[in-house]
Amino acid sequence: MPRARHLQLALLAAAVVAVQLGADAAGKPFWLTQLTMAAYGGLVVIGLCLFMGYAGQISLGHAGFFAIGGYTAAALTTADLTPRRGAALVELAARVHLLTLRPDLYGGELLTVRPWPAALAAVALAALVAALLGVPVLRLKGHYLAMATLGFGTVVSAVVVGTEGLGAADGLSGVPPFELLPGLAVAGGAEARAQNYYLAWGLVGLGMLLLLNLVHSREGRALRAIHGAEDAAGAMGIDAPRAKLRAFVLSAAFAAVGGVLMTHYTGGIGPSEASVMRSVRYVALVAVGGMGSLWGTLLTGTVLQFLSLRGVFGSFDDAVFGATLILVMLFAPEGLLRLELPAGLRAALARRRPPPAEG
Amino acid sequence: MLRIRNLEVAYGRRLALRRVSLHVDQGEIVSLIGANGAGKTTLLRTVAGLVRPAGGQVLFRGRDTAGLATERVVALGCSLVPEGRQVFATMPVLENLLLGATVQYRRGRRAEVEADLARAYRLFPRLEQRAGQLAGTLSGGEQQMLAMARALMARPALVMLDEPSMGLAPLVVKDLFAAIRTVRAEGATVLLVEQNARAALRLADRGYVLETGRVVLEGSARALLDNRDVQRAYLGGEPSAAREGERP
Repeated sequence: MPRARHLQLALLAAAVVAVQLGADAAGKPFWLTQLTMAAYGGLVVIGLCLFMGYAGQISLGHAGFFAIGGYTAAALTTADLTPRRGAALVELAARVHLLTLRPDLYGGELLTVRPWPAALAAVALAALVAALLGVPVLRLKGHYLAMATLGFGTVVSAVVVGTEGLGAADGLSGVPPFELLPGLAVAGGAEARAQNYYLAWGLVGLGMLLLLNLVHSREGRALRAIHGAEDAAGAMGIDAPRAKLRAFVLSAAFAAVGGVLMTHYTGGIGPSEASVMRSVRYVALVAVGGMGSLWGTLLTGTVLQFLSLRGVFGSFDDAVFGATLILVMLFAPEGLLRLELPAGLRAALARRRPPPAEG
Repeated sequence: MLRIRNLEVAYGRRLALRRVSLHVDQGEIVSLIGANGAGKTTLLRTVAGLVRPAGGQVLFRGRDTAGLATERVVALGCSLVPEGRQVFATMPVLENLLLGATVQYRRGRRAEVEADLARAYRLFPRLEQRAGQLAGTLSGGEQQMLAMARALMARPALVMLDEPSMGLAPLVVKDLFAAIRTVRAEGATVLLVEQNARAALRLADRGYVLETGRVVLEGSARALLDNRDVQRAYLGGEPSAAREGERP
């Protein structure tokens, strides 16, 4: 089994290289920008796939976790702490090298939190919120979680739009590059385009490795059992609420990581990233990829997000994802890659045809 | 091993069990017989922690387990083989068995799982042949074997079986009951719920008769088999008639 996984990851690496060479050869190197963003969106989608496809739950709040990640990172790395110099907390943070001085657009100096601690705080916050939300709700079976996360997503979206400190409708901008390793920074800009493309997809590969290992571990087996029959899983001695909670927190953390990296890459984040429609989009992407198929989800998620980011769907963007969700549920509940269109169409047509006259 | 005192269970306002008391001693096979809706399944589900009792006590190995979560009850050593088998249909046989070992992993007894797997395959060799097959594609009898083997992977002290013979061919039932005997011989205690009262009482040491949520009769399995009321209600008529029925 592990060998199969390594082969799949090797194929992913080959595909990533091939796409880059292809984009260069086609004279469209700017495609790599959208593909980088699709990769960070992909982190959200594969994390959600774990939760939906393997644990069998639905979250309509993943844009909320993405936004918590992105906004926290953006706020911490852009808020100027200079006026608060002298406050005990700021001095302490400065002493343990959590803060950095950097020039702002107008030649002044900004004292802000460094990207690394900001990112860790952002992901931890999202995970904490997921845990607080999940503990009561995941004890219930059925669609309570979908409702609760929908409410959560709405709250995040409203808070983000209504808070001056988070830029209200404008969002936050001026987010600095995120130097993951010395010399390797998540940042927009044409000069580092290919480097960022490879960095993003390397991170996706890492995320896939982690999730694939998880899915094929005892924990993953337990999740699939819960999906199949929650009562029977309990009868196996599986603590179903706790297993679901762990999957939920992990998938929220994936969404937050996606949010942090996307924010540093594009240099800002706006309230549309937190909208409930965005959450529906993530759910649609997992559904199209086939619930319970990480590779299918990654593939279709990347293609659709790339097309969306290229503006192919124009102003029908959200409508396309909503319609996609409906069509997938009707005709390919197993996902686009396992489509049996003739059978699905036949069934739909048979339903429409008037019943044969009785003779 | 298991001692139930004045157990009451209600679904809404309807009482499914009324002041039920019974006990299962170490090493016994105890059968619970009764008509449909008598409360047999409810009793097992309550002991397993799937249903919350409205009153009374469930003492398992001296501990009150009434109201504990199912996974805790399993961890304490009490496993249920549920009615209708409930195997994880989309997962292979081997994964079903490993899921049964969840509490063993949690107890830190990972090393024993391999041996338990071998034991399960010894008990039901068909499962070894079908280890890689999806559980949903097994025959009914094989699924029942799997459900039982899966429960045993947790090394339970008490195994509760809910209608293991349901919908199975007589020959398969014979194999299953033989397996239950083996399981007891290897040290487990068994509480068995069955519609097939005759087969169940032949296997058991003692039995209880449940009627509309009450225990109406208890005794040694032999005594119940010979009891005229039991014969009339659950064993298909008078003893003489039954014998004639067997040898026409």
